[in-house]
Amino acid sequence: MPETVTATADFAAAPISLWRRGMNSFATFAAAVSVILVLLPLGAVFGYLVYKGIGSINWAFLTQTPKPVGEAGGGMANAIAGSAFILLIASVIGVPIGIGAGIYLAEYGRNQLGNIIRFTADVLNGVPSIVIGIVAYGIVVLSQGHFSALAGGVALAIMMIPTITRTTEEMLLLVPNAVREAAYGLGVSRWRTTLSITLRTATSGVITGVMLAFARVAGETAPLLFTAFGNQYWNWKINQPTAALSLQIFTYAISPFDEWHRQAWAGALILIVLIVVAVSAVRLVAGRGMLKGAN
Amino acid sequence: MGVGIKVDKLNAWFGKTQALYDITMDAPANHATAIIGPSGCGKSTFVRCLNRMHETVPDARAAGRVQIGELDVYNGTSAVQIRRRIGMVFQKPNPFPTMSIYDNVAAGLKLNGFHDHKRLDEIVERSLKLSALWDEVKDSLRKKSGASLSGGQQQRLCIARALAVEPQVLLMDEPCSALDPISTGKIEELIFQLKEKFTIVIVTHNMQQASRVAEFTGFFLLGKLIELDKTEKIFTTPSDKRTEDYITGRFG
Amino acid sequence: MTGPQPIAKPEVAASSDVQSQPLLGAGNSHVADAIFHLAMLACGLCVLALVGVILYELVKGSRLSWHAFGLKFFFQSEWDPVNEQFGALPFVYGTLVSSFLALLLAVPLAIGVAVFITEMCPRWLKGPLAFTTELLAAIPSVIYGLWAIFVLVPLLRQYGEPFSARYFGWTGLFEGPPYGIGMLAAGIILAIMVVPIVSSITREVMTAVPQQQREAVLALGATRWEMIRTGVLRNARAGILGGVILGLGRALGETMAVTMVIGNRPEIAKSLFAPGYTMASVIANEFSEATGDTYLSALIEIGLALFIVTIIVNILAQFLVWTVTRGTPARSHA
Repeated sequence: MPETVTATADFAAAPISLWRRGMNSFATFAAAVSVILVLLPLGAVFGYLVYKGIGSINWAFLTQTPKPVGEAGGGMANAIAGSAFILLIASVIGVPIGIGAGIYLAEYGRNQLGNIIRFTADVLNGVPSIVIGIVAYGIVVLSQGHFSALAGGVALAIMMIPTITRTTEEMLLLVPNAVREAAYGLGVSRWRTTLSITLRTATSGVITGVMLAFARVAGETAPLLFTAFGNQYWNWKINQPTAALSLQIFTYAISPFDEWHRQAWAGALILIVLIVVAVSAVRLVAGRGMLKGAN
Repeated sequence: MGVGIKVDKLNAWFGKTQALYDITMDAPANHATAIIGPSGCGKSTFVRCLNRMHETVPDARAAGRVQIGELDVYNGTSAVQIRRRIGMVFQKPNPFPTMSIYDNVAAGLKLNGFHDHKRLDEIVERSLKLSALWDEVKDSLRKKSGASLSGGQQQRLCIARALAVEPQVLLMDEPCSALDPISTGKIEELIFQLKEKFTIVIVTHNMQQASRVAEFTGFFLLGKLIELDKTEKIFTTPSDKRTEDYITGRFG
Repeated sequence: MTGPQPIAKPEVAASSDVQSQPLLGAGNSHVADAIFHLAMLACGLCVLALVGVILYELVKGSRLSWHAFGLKFFFQSEWDPVNEQFGALPFVYGTLVSSFLALLLAVPLAIGVAVFITEMCPRWLKGPLAFTTELLAAIPSVIYGLWAIFVLVPLLRQYGEPFSARYFGWTGLFEGPPYGIGMLAAGIILAIMVVPIVSSITREVMTAVPQQQREAVLALGATRWEMIRTGVLRNARAGILGGVILGLGRALGETMAVTMVIGNRPEIAKSLFAPGYTMASVIANEFSEATGDTYLSALIEIGLALFIVTIIVNILAQFLVWTVTRGTPARSHA
C-alpha cells in the first residue's frame, strides 16, 4: 500500500461489522413480518366471509326478497338483481363515454387539451365516492323528485369513467403504430382504422379496464345511500328506488338482529366472490398479454 | 498499490444460457488491461464476475476461480467484502441524484461506518483530485447534487466515488460509451495516471481506446477469451485469425 | 395513477387518409373522420365537464350554509340540527385523526411489503404476493365494515383496548371505557384499506429507480439493506411520499367502513377509545334524513370541503410520483 492509503486500509480488510450484518438481517426480517401483518387481515376477512356466509347461502336467499323483522328466512334476490340493474345503467352511461374519452386521449390527445383531460381523469379517480353521491343526488334525485335506480347508476357511472378512460388510453397506446400505418396505407380512413383496427387489436385490454371499473364500483355503498336508496321489494323501474347488495349488507350489518347479521355475511360472501372472479379474470387476461396477436 | 488479478476457468450463466466459457487469464498489477470484442461477447459479464456483481442479476451465477491479490473472490469471502476492495465504474454515469457531490464521493466510506469528518474531507478532496474533477467542483461540493454535473463530470465523479474506498483494483465497464469525445479524452488521460496506483481492467468497444490506454488487451468472442497479449501485439500481429478479422473490421 | 406521462407522439401521417379509395369510391371519409373526431372529443370533454358539474353542484348546494356560517363553520363544534346550528369541527377532527392514525399504522407496513416484494422475495413469489396485497384493495368498504363490526371490534374490546390501556394509559390516548367501537377501530380498519394503495405506488416508484443506482451502491461494498436504503428508497422518496399522500386522500374520503365502527358521535375526545365522527360518515348517516335546507346545505358544504381537500391531496401526490417515474424505466445491464 502506498503511504496515501492509510485512512481506510485496515478498515477495508476488516470483516463487515456485526452492526451492518445485523441491520441487514433485521431489515429482511422486518419486511417479511410486514408482509405477514398485511396478509393476516386479508386472510381473516376472507376466512370469516366463508365461515359465516356459506351456511346462510341457500336457495331461498338467492330467490326471495327480505322478510320483515322477526321472521326467519327470506333472501336478497331483489338486492342482487338491483345491483345488476344499477350496474347495467352505470355501464350504459359510463362505458361508451369512458372508451370514447380513452380513444380521444390515445388517438388525438397529444396536446394541451389531452393533458388536461388526462389529468382531470386522474383527479376524478380520487374524488371520494360519498361526494359523487351528493352530486348524483343533486342532478338526478332533486330533478326527479325521488330516489331512483337511475340516480344510483349515474353515481356509479361517474366513478367508472376515469378508470375506463385511462386503461383504454393505455391499451390503445400499446398498439404499435405500424398497425395504424398499415391500415392508412390501404386507404382506410382514420375513424375506421381506429374502430376496426386499433380498438379491435386492443379489445381484451379495453375489456380488462371495464372489468376493473366494474370491480371497483360493484361493492360501492356510499354513493347509493341517497341515490338508489334501497328497496324491500323487486324493482325494475328506472325511476324507482332500488335495492342493492351493498346497501343491504350495510343495513343488515348495523341492525341489531342476528338473523340479519347472518344474511349480511351471506350477501358479503356473494359480493366478494363476484368481485374476486372479476379481478382474477382481469389478471388472467392481463397475464396473457393485452393485445390480440401481440405477446 | 494495485494487485494482480488471476482468473482460472471462470464460467458464467444467465439462467440456462452460458455467457462465459472457461476464461483463464491474468491482469498484472498496476497496468491497464483492456477487454475488447463485439457486443454480446461476454466482456461486460466478465468484469462483473470479477467483483461478483454478476450474481446480482436474477438467475445469474458464476463458477471458477478469481484471485485478486491475496483475495479469493469466489471462496470464503462475502461478496460485500469483495466489492469493497474493488472499485467499479459503469457504462452510464450513475451518481446518486439525491446526494451532494461531497456525499457521492463519501458514500462508500459512510456506508462502511467511516465517520471521521476531518479524514473524510481529506479523502473526498484527494479522490476528486485523482479523478481530475476537484478544480471544477471544489466551490460547490456540498451545494450541487451529483446529477447536476455534465455527463463527463458525472463519470469522473463516479470514478472518484470508486476511488474513495481505496480499492486495489478498478473495473471499468465501457466508461466512455455515453460520453462525448472531449470527456472521453479526459477520462482516458485519467486512466493513464490511475495505473500508477491501481490495477485497471477496462471493457471497451472502441479499439483505439484500448490501444491508447492499455498495456494488455484481451479479445473476447462468443463468451470465450480468444487471446490476450500485449496491446501492441494484438493490434499488429494477432496470433488468432478471429482476432485479426475483428480488429481489421471484418465483423463486429 | 401515474399522472400525465410524456409518451412518444404517434406520428400518424395525417394526410395519408385523405388519399382517395378508388375501389370504395372516394367520398365521405373526410366528413366521417371529422365527425368521429368530434364525437371522441365530446367524450373527452365529458370528463372535464364532470369535474365542473361536481364543483357546481357542491358550491350551489352549500351556498345556504356558507352564507349562514361562513368560515366559522369549520371551527365550531356545535352540531345541532334541531336549532339549526351547524359547526363541522368534530367531523374535521375525526377525519384528520382517523386518517393520520391509519397512515401511522399503514405506511411502515406498506413500505415493508413493497421492499419485500421488489427487492427481497424470490421471483416466483413476486407475482402472487403483489396480486394478494392488491386484492386487499378490491374488497369493498362495506365488507371491511362488516368484518370490523363482528371481528375487529370485539377483539379490541376484549384484548386490544384493555391491553393498551394498561401499558400506554399514561399517554392519555388510551383511556376510558373500552367500547371497541371508536377512533382506534376506525384507524385500524382504514390502515388495512390504505396499505395496498401506498404499497402499490411504492412498488411502482421503486421499480422505476434505475438498476444502475442499485449496482453503484453494491459495487461500493454495501449489504442488501444498505443498497435498498441508499440506492432505492433514497432515490424513490419523493414518489413514496406521493404514495403516502395518495393513501391519505383515500383515507380522508373513505366512508362506509369508518361509519360502521367509529361510533358516530360528534365529539372531540383525546382518547382513541372514544367514539368520533368523520366528514364522510356524517354525510352518509344524515344526508337522506336531513330535514331543512340549512341542514342539507351544511352536509353538502362538508362534501365540498372533502372534495377540495382530496383534489389538492391527489394533485400533490401525482406530482410527487411523477417526479420519480418520469425517467426511463429500470433496465438491467446489456
